[in-house]
Amino acid sequence: MVRVSLFVTCVIDQVFPQVGMAMADVLERAGCEVEFREAQTCCGQPAFNSGYRDEARTVAEHFLKTFEGTEHIVVPSGSCCSMISHHFADLLPGDKRVHDLEPRVWEFSQFLVDFLKVDDVGAKFDGLVTYHDSCHALRELKIKDGPRRLLGNVRGLRLAEMEPAEECCGFGGTFAVKFPEISGGMVRTKIEAIEKTGASTVVSIDSSCLMQIQGALSRAGSKIRTMHLAEVLASK
Amino acid sequence: MKTPDVSVSLDNKKLQLAIYSATARLGERRRENLTPDFEDLRQHAHDIKKHTLNHLDYYLEQLEKNVEARGGKVIWAKDGAEACAFVQKLSKDKGVKVIVKSKSMTTEEIHLNEHLEEDGVEAVETDLGEYILQLSGEKPFHIIAPALHKTIGDVSDIFEEHLHSKPETTPEALTKIARIALREKFLEAGMGISGANFLVADSGAIVLVENEGNARLSSSAPKIHVAVAGIEKVIPRAQDLGVFLKLLGRSATGQPLSVYTSFLAGAKREGEPDGPEEFYLVLLDNGRTKLLADESKRQSLYCIRCGACLNHCPVYRKIGGYNYPWVYSGPIGKILTPQFMGIEHDPWLPFASSLCGACGEVCPVKIEIPRILLELRADKVKAGGDRTEKLAFQMFAWVMSHPKFYARMASMALSAPMPRKDSFFAIGPLKNWLSQRDLPVPPAKSFREMWKERRSEHT
Repeated sequence: MVRVSLFVTCVIDQVFPQVGMAMADVLERAGCEVEFREAQTCCGQPAFNSGYRDEARTVAEHFLKTFEGTEHIVVPSGSCCSMISHHFADLLPGDKRVHDLEPRVWEFSQFLVDFLKVDDVGAKFDGLVTYHDSCHALRELKIKDGPRRLLGNVRGLRLAEMEPAEECCGFGGTFAVKFPEISGGMVRTKIEAIEKTGASTVVSIDSSCLMQIQGALSRAGSKIRTMHLAEVLASK
Repeated sequence: MKTPDVSVSLDNKKLQLAIYSATARLGERRRENLTPDFEDLRQHAHDIKKHTLNHLDYYLEQLEKNVEARGGKVIWAKDGAEACAFVQKLSKDKGVKVIVKSKSMTTEEIHLNEHLEEDGVEAVETDLGEYILQLSGEKPFHIIAPALHKTIGDVSDIFEEHLHSKPETTPEALTKIARIALREKFLEAGMGISGANFLVADSGAIVLVENEGNARLSSSAPKIHVAVAGIEKVIPRAQDLGVFLKLLGRSATGQPLSVYTSFLAGAKREGEPDGPEEFYLVLLDNGRTKLLADESKRQSLYCIRCGACLNHCPVYRKIGGYNYPWVYSGPIGKILTPQFMGIEHDPWLPFASSLCGACGEVCPVKIEIPRILLELRADKVKAGGDRTEKLAFQMFAWVMSHPKFYARMASMALSAPMPRKDSFFAIGPLKNWLSQRDLPVPPAKSFREMWKERRSEHT
């Protein structure tokens, strides 16, 4: 049996716990043995992206300690996953623990499609859906087709591509609150693209993008809702 | 950290539409015309630039030797003041009153026009976009499309005001007006000034890439041609152009090749019918060697000024070219400005990015702009200044490495009252969040609490 350790991320732990639960369900249904290590907190990205490398390193060290001895670590976020697999090395260059960790850290959809070789999880979801490419997943982890294949195999689900799909939603961590007007302008452009598809649901593999998009949709009084890929895949 | 007021740009619907449609068009043409080997090509270009900058002393000396062997003269300028002083003295010595200029960001960088103006020398921009802006008294809005923010109506108005022409509604008619006005300047000019897209060390030649023919005319019609170029523009061999020219036009305007690519080597030689009688190449440092000294960010100097990162940057596409503090705007400006000016100059600049990575993805010489932005942010933090933020991140690191405390804090935070919409009680980052969007409905329980319950149900 494939042993999986969840890193649910601090955003999902605190704000979108149902996403973490959905991910656990999907992985268990796919035959994995799932564990959750309670000592986990955050990947340190907020500090790293703000230039606080010493502080980020402290958090990275805590992550390494917490996930010692795990087989596969699965993360419901492209951005946090990339922080671990791409940027821990910037904080701890030459560290053997980081080197060993990199091939074991998977973004959720990547783990299903590339490792488990599963692109149909037997889910059912009625509706027209559009998929938002989150930037770090797309550009750092090169995730583009996997989530679309998974969505394409969900019974009842129709997928409509937004144009442009690859433009940032404007979240960018502290960028969203350091430059609120620019960030707000960016997400409103994103929403225009979403609305043009006619979709009733926006799906992504990053909850922080969805928090930004949902917040702006709500502000605009839109009925369109946001869902993490794991939630769609857990639907029956 | 003080950030600039960008609302003027964001609230201007006409400007937003102009930026958005122009950058989208450039981006679309780029995608249509990229060669299938783009990834290999840009890696190759990156490697050539890397090699050249790692051996810059060698190639610059080779360039100097070969330029002089072809009858040109090389002037080494350690900063803008030296470069301008040379051009000013030369025009004075030669009695030059009118100069025609082709588009050059490097001369913008050193404010050459303003210096010449002080001497009573008229320096006329001959690139159509630059000419429009020179008439209206503005600076380039974009590295390759300087008047990208101007509509046909705007241009017609500017021409009407400054050239007393009749209103026109087509680009063709407007171009004709500029052409007639500029022809006279070309004939009058005693000197032509250009930049250089590439300096070819093994040939002692400069390469100019353009679409209007004005660079070729500026560099061949007047008796004197002065090219002003940053020292990082050197490439080792003429054959390397096969790589760079394939990338430059496509990345910039989506053209497989620009309309004019001029390969200029020295002054007119005996028996040649045209070309300048004198050729000077001003090699400008102006801070470039400072960037060269920083190994991890040295690649910022690989830039070939194509503007692709601007066209693909969602921040540039919102705020446009005038909210950046220096001549270079967009993502490349965000990494060049703090390195040239010092991080304390505009500390907000590297932070004004969502780190989406679009710039790095399209860069034809594969500059890792997002990584350099992150390093500059770390440099800014090291330089100090924001005690509150520092304390906040120290607390963050402590909490995130003490899981029991984190869990307790988190469950307290979940039950705390939080304004979800714009409210009087919101301050700081929360206020900024709520200025644009609502907050999510907080869940009843955290994941760790839900997981604990689920596990006890299972057993």
